[in-house]
Formats: sequence, structure tokens, C-alpha cells
Amino acid sequence: MKNSLTIAGKELAGYFLQPVAYVVMTVFLLLGGFFFFALLRYFEVTLTAYSAMQNPAVLQRLNLNERVIEPMLHNLAIVLVILVPAITMRSFAEEKRTGTYELLLTAPIRTGEIVAGKFIAAAAFMLIMIGLAGMFPLILIAFGNPEIGVMFSGYLGLALLAISFVSIGLFTSSLTQNQIIAAISCFGALLLLFIISWPAQAGGTRFLGLLQYLSLPDHFAQMVTGIIDTRDLVYFLSLIFVALFLTQRSVESARWR
Amino acid sequence: MIEVKNLTKAYGDFVAIRDVSFKAESGSILGFLGPNGAGKTTTMRIITGYMPATAGTVLIDGLDIFSQSLEARRKIGYLPENPPLYLDMRVEAYLRFVAKLRGMPRAKIEPALDHVLEVCGLTDMSHRICGQLSKGYRQRVGLAQALIHDPPVLVLDEPTIGLDPRQIHEIRGLIHHLAGNRTVVLSTHILPEVSQICDKVVIIADGRVVLEEYLKQLPGGTSLEDIFLAAITKERHDEGASAEEKLEEVGAGHT
Repeated sequence: MKNSLTIAGKELAGYFLQPVAYVVMTVFLLLGGFFFFALLRYFEVTLTAYSAMQNPAVLQRLNLNERVIEPMLHNLAIVLVILVPAITMRSFAEEKRTGTYELLLTAPIRTGEIVAGKFIAAAAFMLIMIGLAGMFPLILIAFGNPEIGVMFSGYLGLALLAISFVSIGLFTSSLTQNQIIAAISCFGALLLLFIISWPAQAGGTRFLGLLQYLSLPDHFAQMVTGIIDTRDLVYFLSLIFVALFLTQRSVESARWR
Repeated sequence: MIEVKNLTKAYGDFVAIRDVSFKAESGSILGFLGPNGAGKTTTMRIITGYMPATAGTVLIDGLDIFSQSLEARRKIGYLPENPPLYLDMRVEAYLRFVAKLRGMPRAKIEPALDHVLEVCGLTDMSHRICGQLSKGYRQRVGLAQALIHDPPVLVLDEPTIGLDPRQIHEIRGLIHHLAGNRTVVLSTHILPEVSQICDKVVIIADGRVVLEEYLKQLPGGTSLEDIFLAAITKERHDEGASAEEKLEEVGAGHT
């Protein structure tokens, strides 16, 4: 554990020694701010329109969570599909290319500790970034009266999604010494998780049911609407576990080639 | 002490080293010689636990590098062929990271850091970013990294490559001074280096050990160069001979 934290500390500091981390955070927060502004503006226009029509039944149903936070979180999830590969592509690929891999693998630490260290750092980076995006709900809380529990559940969903993405990114990075290949294959895998249920929408066999279960947006959407279901938690946690397990195997197997 | 026993390493069909055995005693410097591609780096990577051998074992002070890997690796300081530096870290931060990675207690890190910086002539460079250092200084940081936890076994893969003559002189002096009661294995293809600082020489050619001898016991009058050339050409010769024999056998089969 101590060794993992040593590596995590070095990795996390390493993100900020390069401009990539700042660029990724800036892009994420700028886009987040843009979504927030656009959705809030649209909400306001809708609200004014329905007030003018004197339609209290519809007005009752308009709320900040559904109209602003939910769509914003869905958009940010898509943004992460593109940004996460940029963050994780270096993790193993660069070490292999520059030869520092030899330092890590000859140090008296287990491969599991190396993987855990890199995972902790990448996950912490995501939590910092998503934490900063927490300013949007804070603004709503300051000026309106949204449901805090629902927003919390949505952000928890986004955090779990980001951490799952990061685990997949670590895995693809561990397969190659080329950062571009690591990034592209990570991007492919993440996008696939979003669209994997498409064949299942026609309905039918058990296999298609499996695809439906694997589909990430379904589980994410549940959390965004404020439902924290153990099935969805298990889904994300098993995604993380499987990806990290494969990463550990892949790092270990590199020794045997 | 390092005992290398019957190491064989195959990459797929290609056999890089075959049945390599030698012994490096504590308090001595072993020069590991061989032409390019002879299997020096492969052997060193197996000794340091970077990869397992296809067959055979290595004992580091009696610990098996494969089955007691973590304990054995703790005893080794390793300088790979390319110094393993994180190019965007500062020298100081990098060395601290390596010290922690090798399990040094926190209290011992700072004195050890000052010590290796001084020994490797890096005191003025400690705030520099690794990526901005010249090749020679990178090599020194690599050496400092191998030394920081004061390991009883040092494995150095071509430690003087890329240095200017004055630096080479300094680094050789340093290695000589370091030996003390440590076990040092250094690979090189610079022959005078071996005759200057090593106690023992192992010559490897085409993946096989062709000579293991104390420098003192080498026949007087012959230079190391002659011995080296004789050792590696003898190897080639044998192979040539066996190939000819095979051809003859094939011919015999046909007639």
C-alpha cells in the first residue's frame, strides 16, 4: 500500500508537470460551463413562456434537476470519452518507451502495487476535475432551490463513470508502448460501451440482454435521475475491477516476453 | 555475491543466451565483456529480476531472484543501458522517488540523497529538470539512482557510455571506490576499462560464456585484447567447424 501511494504521488505530481493536465481540465470545465449556461438560459426561457401561458400544471413539472443538471451530466460523460484517453495514454506506454519501466519492474514492489498506484493517481485526478465541476450545482443552490440529493447522485454517477473510464485507459496503455495507439484503442472501447446496446434495442435473445446489461448509459442515466441502485454500483465497480485485473495481467505478462 | 547458474533465455525461437554460468564474489568487480548482441543486456536483465530466464537461476546473496524476488531485488542497485529517468522531474525529486520505491525509511532518505549527489558530482544539478541534463549528467543521475539505497549488489550496464574522457575517468574511480565489500557487475565493450578496475572478467560471445578468469591469473605478457579476440574467434571457429561437419554429414547421406 505504501508503495502504491509512492507511485500515486509521483504520478499525480507528474500530471501537473506537463501541460496536458491543465489543458484537459480547462477544456472540461469550459465545456461544462458552456452546457450549464446554455441549459440554464433555455430553462429560463421555457419558464417565462409557461408563466405567460398561466399553466401551473406544466410549471409544477419544470425543475432545475431535470432541465439543467441531468442533460449537463450526460454531455460531460461524452466529453470524458474523449478526454480520459488523453490523460491515461501515457501511464504505461511512456514508461516503456523511455526505459523507466525497467526501474519500476526491478524495484522491490509487486506489479499489483504499480497498477494500483497509477490507478489511484488517475482516479484522484478525475475526482479533482469533477469536484471543480461541482461549482455548477453550488451556483444553483445559491440562487435557486434544486434537489441536493439528486444532484449528488448524478455527480456520484459521473465520478464512477470517470473512474471506470480511467481503468480502461490504464489497460489499453499497458498493452503498447505507443501513446497514440493507447489513446485510440481506449477511445474505441469507451465509445463501444456507450453504443453496445444498439443491437439489443430490437429486443430478443438472451445474448442481446447481456448487451443491454453492459450498456453504460443505462446505468449512468439511473444515477443521474437520482436513483442509487446497487445493480448500477455493482456494474461500475465490476467494470473497474475487471479492467484493473487485466492491466495487472498485462503488466506481469510483459516480463515473460 | 551473485551466482549465475545455467541461464538460458529464449525470445520465441531466438535463443539469446545459452547455459550461462558465472560467479561474482563480494568485494570484487566483475567485468562482463562481449561483442554487441552477445547477450550482455539480457543476462543483466535476468540478474536484476526484470524478466525471468527460460531456464536456470540467479542467486543474489543466496536469495533466488525468481522465487524470492522482492527480497533479492531489494539488495540490487541497477543502472540499465539507458538511464531510467523521468524527464520532467527534478533530479532531487526523482532520486527521492527512487529511494522510496526501494523501501528506504523516510529518515534515511535525506542524508542518503546528499551523499549520492555529492559522490556523483550532482550537488549543483539537484534542482535541474532531468530532461534538460546532458548525456553525461543523465548517466550520473542513473548511477546515483542505483546507489541511493546503498545496495550490496550493483549491476551496471555500460556505465561509462556517452561520457567524455574526464567523466569516464571520474566514474571509473567512483566505481572502484564503491566496490568496498559490495559485489559489482559491470558490462562494457571497452577493454582498458576492465583491465583498470575489474578483478575478474567474464567474456560472453553468441550467448555463451567463453572465458571466466581472474585478471591476476591471466597469462602474463598477453593483453586483454588478444585474449578477448582469441576467445570470441575461437567460438566462431567452433561453430564454423560444426557447420562444416553437418554439411559433410548431409553429403554422406546423399552418396
